[in-house]
Amino acid sequence: MDLANLVPVPVLLPLLAAGVTLALARHPAWQRVVSASTLGITAILALVLCLAADALGPIVLWVGEWPDGTGIVLVADRLSALMVLVSSVVTALVVIFPSRRDIADGADGAPVSVFHPTFLVLTAGVSNAFLAGDLFNLFVGFETLLFASYVLIMLGATRERVRAGSTYVVVSVVSSTLFLLTISIVYGATGTVSFAQLPERLAALDPGLQLTIQLLLLVVFGIKAAVFPLQAWLPDSYPTAPASVTAVFAGLLTKVGIFAIIRVQTLLFPESPLTDLLLVAAILTMVLGILGALAQGEIKRLLSFTLVSHIGYMLLGVALGTAAGLAGAIFYIVHHILVQTALFIVVGLIERVGGSTSLARLGGLASVPLLAVLYLVPALNLGGIPPLSGFLGKVALIDGALETGQPLALVAVVAGVATSLLTLIAVIRVWQRAFWQDQAPDNERVLSARVLPRIWILAASALVGITVALTVLAGPLTSYAQRAATDIRAGAYQAAVEKAQP
Amino acid sequence: MTPSLVLAIAGGVLIAAGVYLVLERSLMRILAGVMLAGNGINLLFLVASGPAGLAPIVGEPRDEIADPLPQALVLTAIVISLATGALLLAMSYRSFQLEGHDEVADDVEDTIVRRRAQADLSSEAYVEPDSSAVADTESGGRLVLDEEGDPTSADAAEVGR
Repeated sequence: MDLANLVPVPVLLPLLAAGVTLALARHPAWQRVVSASTLGITAILALVLCLAADALGPIVLWVGEWPDGTGIVLVADRLSALMVLVSSVVTALVVIFPSRRDIADGADGAPVSVFHPTFLVLTAGVSNAFLAGDLFNLFVGFETLLFASYVLIMLGATRERVRAGSTYVVVSVVSSTLFLLTISIVYGATGTVSFAQLPERLAALDPGLQLTIQLLLLVVFGIKAAVFPLQAWLPDSYPTAPASVTAVFAGLLTKVGIFAIIRVQTLLFPESPLTDLLLVAAILTMVLGILGALAQGEIKRLLSFTLVSHIGYMLLGVALGTAAGLAGAIFYIVHHILVQTALFIVVGLIERVGGSTSLARLGGLASVPLLAVLYLVPALNLGGIPPLSGFLGKVALIDGALETGQPLALVAVVAGVATSLLTLIAVIRVWQRAFWQDQAPDNERVLSARVLPRIWILAASALVGITVALTVLAGPLTSYAQRAATDIRAGAYQAAVEKAQP
Repeated sequence: MTPSLVLAIAGGVLIAAGVYLVLERSLMRILAGVMLAGNGINLLFLVASGPAGLAPIVGEPRDEIADPLPQALVLTAIVISLATGALLLAMSYRSFQLEGHDEVADDVEDTIVRRRAQADLSSEAYVEPDSSAVADTESGGRLVLDEEGDPTSADAAEVGR
């Protein structure tokens, strides 16, 4: 079997399973088995794809073998294969968590059976966005994952979720409209939307038009990635969704935006890094995001703000425009997807045990040691305590920034260190408040891990275990990220696509 | 390539009207805005596809047929905007069911943070629960502030609603 046929599988398999789970709507237990096993198989195949892309270079599939490059092309280079691998591992673990109670949010007659099909479509959309070989297929991938996320964020359609969902849907629709506008401009100017042909043709355009297209694309993906000043929608809409849904959104959806920004900056416009502009955006995203987190009294909102803030680190790596910065950003994306998902999952467990996610109501959770460990490890990881992967990722980025020696990069280093400390304050505040401090005297809730299903504890431990294992795997992962970064910059992508053209 | 001026202007006007409507708070108006802007962009795809009047894609030499790719892109875009429209309609109807109108409300937690800031109080995460004057179990000792930012008891706020 040709390896190229493996490329569309991470998109096709979840879509197929979505249909099957929809047919099984009356059997929730079977739905769960089907979606968990599908995502597990997808994760294994993604690992094969990742290893193959590392050994053989970018794997390209021209769907349908249409002549003269008229068909759709899917590409798994090192970067996108790694993203598909991490995202399928995360989704395979998270799909275990949703329970009827979380999804319905107290609404009677809520259609809980739609959760699994929608979740699988979301996974397919994320994989499609990573593997897309042209701008329009990237747009289709985005739309697939966005439509699934519209449904997931408003599951149960309670008052609070419809309000939060309205903000999310309107912002996403506006960014999609802008994306479509940009595609029409790109096609009008160059006559192609393929990532392989665009670099050459874009470089031949008038510099003003080039800059317009680049800035439009950056704004579109900046909205998806929640980069300052386009981040305001995120902390407003994410926290009200069910905990497991928020976990996947926080882990994956913003990273798809960052991934697209990497594609724009390295593949389409390698000559115009816009370092100063992106560095300023990165610094403001980091600092303002974390200051927002410090003001919150609700754990999910607090974590949503840290999510915005840490997007700044990845943008910092991309902004530098060097191979070292890019490699740091890729490592940080992997670290952040896993850690942020783990934290939101654990907050879901805290909500189940403590009955709330508001810091004013929680207390005494340290009497449940397992939960305490599950929270503290990823929290310290996010704050960047050595030897966890958050520390390693931040060191790699700071190293890359210092290497360039620009004054603005030095400011970014200072902002990065300050953000890291402030993140620590924010997450430790939660620790002190919810775990260390005694329960309020009038609160008679009995805290015990018994209310948690055993499989939840297992899956959450596995996720936290993976975040810790990143420290051990940091060596191979860093060199993989470096190979991916040099790969992209050396034009391996275009060469592979042209070579595979039927 | 000479783009058609009329199409470009029509697309621009539609997009401008769409942007104006999206800035409203009512979901129905936002829906109308999204539809207008979407159609404006579809017109821009027609501009990008070259001069009018060529035959569709049938066995002719390359430079005598209309470019088929923009047509395929527009077709996809139309299908997606149909789905967007259906979703926004459903959302707006659900909002009408729950609230009696379809205007998007402010974020509750956001309002709490803002009121605390106006009243010059420290963030909720830094207030000791037992030090607060309100020992209300429902709000977990959370200070409920009225419009001027003065602390009131949660019960009073509940009655006032």
